[in-house]
Amino acid sequence: MPRARLLALAVPAAVLLSGCVANTPAGEGRALTVDSSASACELSATEAPSGTLTFSVTNTGDETTEFYLLADDALRIVAEVENIGPGLTRDLVAQVAPGEYFTACKPGMVGDGIQAAFTVTDSGEQVGPTGAVADQLATAEADYLAYVKDQVGSLLAGTQEFAAAYTAGDDDRARELYPTVRVHWERIEPVAESFGDLDPLLDAREADLAEGETWSGWHLIEKDLWQPAPEANGGEDYVALTDAERTAAADDLVAQTEELHARVTATDFTFEAFQISNGAKELLDEVATGKVTGEEEIWSHTDLWDLAANVDGAEVALGVLRPVAEQADPDLVAELDDRFAALDAVLAEHGSYQNGFSAYDELTTDEVQALAAAVDALAEPLSGLTAVVTGA
Amino acid sequence: MTDEPTRPDVANQGVSRRGALAGGLALGGLLAAGGFAGGRASAPDPGLATEQRTYPFAGTHQAGIVTPQQDRMYLAAFDLTTDDRAALVDLLRRWTTTAARLTQGLFATATGFASGPYDAPPEDTGEAADLPASGLTVTVGFGRSLFVGTDGRTDRFGLAGHLPDALAALPHFPGDQLDAAICDGDLLVQACADDPQVAVHAIHTLSRAAFGTARVRWTQLGFGRTSATSTAQSTPRNLFGFKDGTANVKAEEAAALEDHVWVQPSDAEAHAGDSAWMTGGTYFVGRRIRMLMETWDRTSLREQETTIGRSKREGAPLSGGTEHTAPDFAAAGGDGRPLIDATSHVHLAHPSANDGVRMLRRGYTFTDGNDAQGHLDAGLYFIAYVRDPRTGFVPVQQRLASADRLSEYLKHTGSALFAVPPGVARIGTDAALSGGEFLGSTLLG
Repeated sequence: MPRARLLALAVPAAVLLSGCVANTPAGEGRALTVDSSASACELSATEAPSGTLTFSVTNTGDETTEFYLLADDALRIVAEVENIGPGLTRDLVAQVAPGEYFTACKPGMVGDGIQAAFTVTDSGEQVGPTGAVADQLATAEADYLAYVKDQVGSLLAGTQEFAAAYTAGDDDRARELYPTVRVHWERIEPVAESFGDLDPLLDAREADLAEGETWSGWHLIEKDLWQPAPEANGGEDYVALTDAERTAAADDLVAQTEELHARVTATDFTFEAFQISNGAKELLDEVATGKVTGEEEIWSHTDLWDLAANVDGAEVALGVLRPVAEQADPDLVAELDDRFAALDAVLAEHGSYQNGFSAYDELTTDEVQALAAAVDALAEPLSGLTAVVTGA
Repeated sequence: MTDEPTRPDVANQGVSRRGALAGGLALGGLLAAGGFAGGRASAPDPGLATEQRTYPFAGTHQAGIVTPQQDRMYLAAFDLTTDDRAALVDLLRRWTTTAARLTQGLFATATGFASGPYDAPPEDTGEAADLPASGLTVTVGFGRSLFVGTDGRTDRFGLAGHLPDALAALPHFPGDQLDAAICDGDLLVQACADDPQVAVHAIHTLSRAAFGTARVRWTQLGFGRTSATSTAQSTPRNLFGFKDGTANVKAEEAAALEDHVWVQPSDAEAHAGDSAWMTGGTYFVGRRIRMLMETWDRTSLREQETTIGRSKREGAPLSGGTEHTAPDFAAAGGDGRPLIDATSHVHLAHPSANDGVRMLRRGYTFTDGNDAQGHLDAGLYFIAYVRDPRTGFVPVQQRLASADRLSEYLKHTGSALFAVPPGVARIGTDAALSGGEFLGSTLLG
C-alpha cells in the first residue's frame, strides 16, 4: 500500500535534448541568473563557456512563467524549466555544447516568449553525446512497458490459480501460491500504485483502513490463511471467513486484477523515462519502509519475497535505462551495480525464489540490520538516477 | 607554509546559509592559522553574537575539545558495513570536507538545499538553511572495534598493528548496567553547536554521506552543557541542581592540556604497536549516566551537600570560600570530622585523591523520555577527553563506582571509548582537502 504516488502520470517530463548533467556545476561564468518579469527576460550574461550551465530563474512577474534554452533555429528545445510560480526561483541545469542559442522566458506560458540570442563559447570541456539519447529513451520506455505488461499477465494468471485454490478450501496450495504470485505484483508495485483506486482495493493492509472502511484484497485473504491467535489480533478471537465470504473475496481479487491488466494493456498506456527511474526509487522506498521492517506481511511473514521482487523491479528499471545512464553518469551506474550486487548477496543468504525465502520473523536483529544497511546503501545513489535520465 | 590557501572567493563557495555577510565571516575560519595551535580555544571576536561564531576547522588538534563548550550536542556512533579499506578512507575524506563546510556555516555542498537539477534530491538536507554556523564543531574518533573487531581479533582494515595500548577496553565498573546497543562503535562523531538544529543537521548530513559504508549504531542528544572548558564560561548546573566539574582542565591551561589531554610524542614509544599516529590526538571517554532524580529530590539539603561536597547555592567547597576556591580536605568541623566528607563526590573525584589526574570534561545533560515506572530517563552524558584512559579515567571511575556516595543516585547505562586523532593542519579553499590530509590520515593516509 503506497504512502505516496510517485508515478503521478500528470507530471510532465522535461524534454531535454542536451548532454549529461554533472552533479556539481562549477566553474567561472557557468552560474547565470534569469529575471523573468511580465515584460522582460534579463540574463546576467548573454554568453557562457560550454559545460554544465545553471540558470537560476526567478519569476518577478505576476503570472506563472517558463524558461527555455532553444537551439539556433529558435524552435528546438535544448532545455527547459516549467511552472515557475510568481516570486519563485528554480534552477535549470543542463550540459550545453558550444554554439549559438536563444533564451526565452514565457510569462503566462503562451506564445513564443521573450527571446534573445545566447552564445556558448568553446571551453574545451567534453560535453556528452546528444544524438542517440532520444532513441535510447524511447527504447527504454518501450522495454519497460513490455516488462510491466508481462508481469501483470503473470500476476493475473497466478491470481486466478490462487483464487481457485482458496475458494476450493485448498489452503495449503493457497499458502504456497501466495508469496510466489505476489512477486509479480511487487515487481511493478509503483505502476499499480499509480492507479490510486485499484491499489487500496488490492493491497491495503488492515492497519491502512480508516474506521468503517471495507477491507479487500490480498492481505484480507492473507490473514484468513494465516489466522492469528487472539493476542496477535487485538485480544479478540479471529473469526474465519465463511465459504461465501471466501468466494466473494477471491472473486473480487480476480476482478480488480483483471481491471489492472486491462489498464496496463490499453493502447494509450505508456511510460516516460523519468517515471521508470522514479519507480525504481519508489520500489526501494517500499523496501525501506514496509518490507525490511516486516510490516507488509504481518500474518504470513513472507516479506522477503516482496523485498526480493521490489529489488528485481528496480534492477529492471536500471537495466532499461542503462544505455542512457551509462553515457550520462558512468560512475553512478557502476556504483548502483555494486550496491545491487551487494544487496542481492545479502538477500541470497536468506533464500531464493526457487527454494523459498526465510520467514521475516525468523531473522535475527543483526540480519535485519544487515539487510537495512544494504537497502540504504542502494537507495541513496538510486535517488540520483532520475536527474541523470531527465538531464541526459 | 608556501601553499597556504588564499582567501576563498565567496562566489565559488556556494552561498553561505546566511548570505554574504555571514559567509564572509565564516569563510575566514576555513583558513588554518598557525597561531591557533595551542590557543584555538581563544574566543572568536567577542563582538559577534554567539550564534554567529565560527571556530576554525583546521588545526593541530581537532576542534570540539578545548573549544569553549557549546550549549548543545548531538553524538553519533557508527559501525562500518564494509570491509573495504578504500571505502573507509573515502568516507573519512568526505566527512572531512563536509564537516569543514558545515562548521563555517556553509551548505554540505556548493549546490545547497534548493538548487541544482529539479529531478535530483537536494544535496543539502536544508534544515539548517537560514541558520548561522552557531559555533558548530565536528569531532571524529575511532573505536577499538575499528582495529580488532568486536571480538578483539577481526582485523577488517589492516589496522590491528596500529591499535594503541591506551584504547584498551574499559573494565566493568561496580554497578554498571550497560546496554551493549548504546556502547562503543567503529566511528564516533561529536557535533556541538549553540543551536540544536545545527548540531542535528551535522549528524544528519554525515549519516547520509555514510550510507553504503557505515550505519548509525546509536545517537545521543545533549540539551545542555554541564561543564566549562574555558575560564570565560560559568559552570552550569546538572539535573541535581549542583555545579559540577569546577576543577575541569581549561583551554587556557597550556601545560595541563599537554600533561592530561593531548597525546605526546613520547607516548607512542611506550606502546607495543605503532601509535605515533595518535600524537596530538586524545581519547574520548563517554558514559551515559542516568540520574535517579526522583530519589535525589527526596533527599535533604544536608545529605545532598554532603554527597557532593559543595554548597548547592554557590558551588563552593564545604571547606569554605567560593566556587573556584580549592577544597581543603583537612579542614574539620567542631566535631572533629572533615567538612568535606571523605566519600563525597568532590573528594573522590579530586586530583589530590587520584595521583594528580585531571581530565577535560565536556559532558551534556540529556533526557530520553521516561521509563515504564513513570520516571524521567534523564541524566548526564559524561564526556572526558584524556591523554590515556588507563591512567586518566579508569582509576578515578573505579574509585567513584565503589566508594562515591553519589553512586547511589546514578546508573551507568552506556559507555564509549574512542581514539580521537589529531586535526588536519590545513584545509583548502572551498573546504577541499589539502596536502592529502583528512581526519584520520595519520592512521589511514
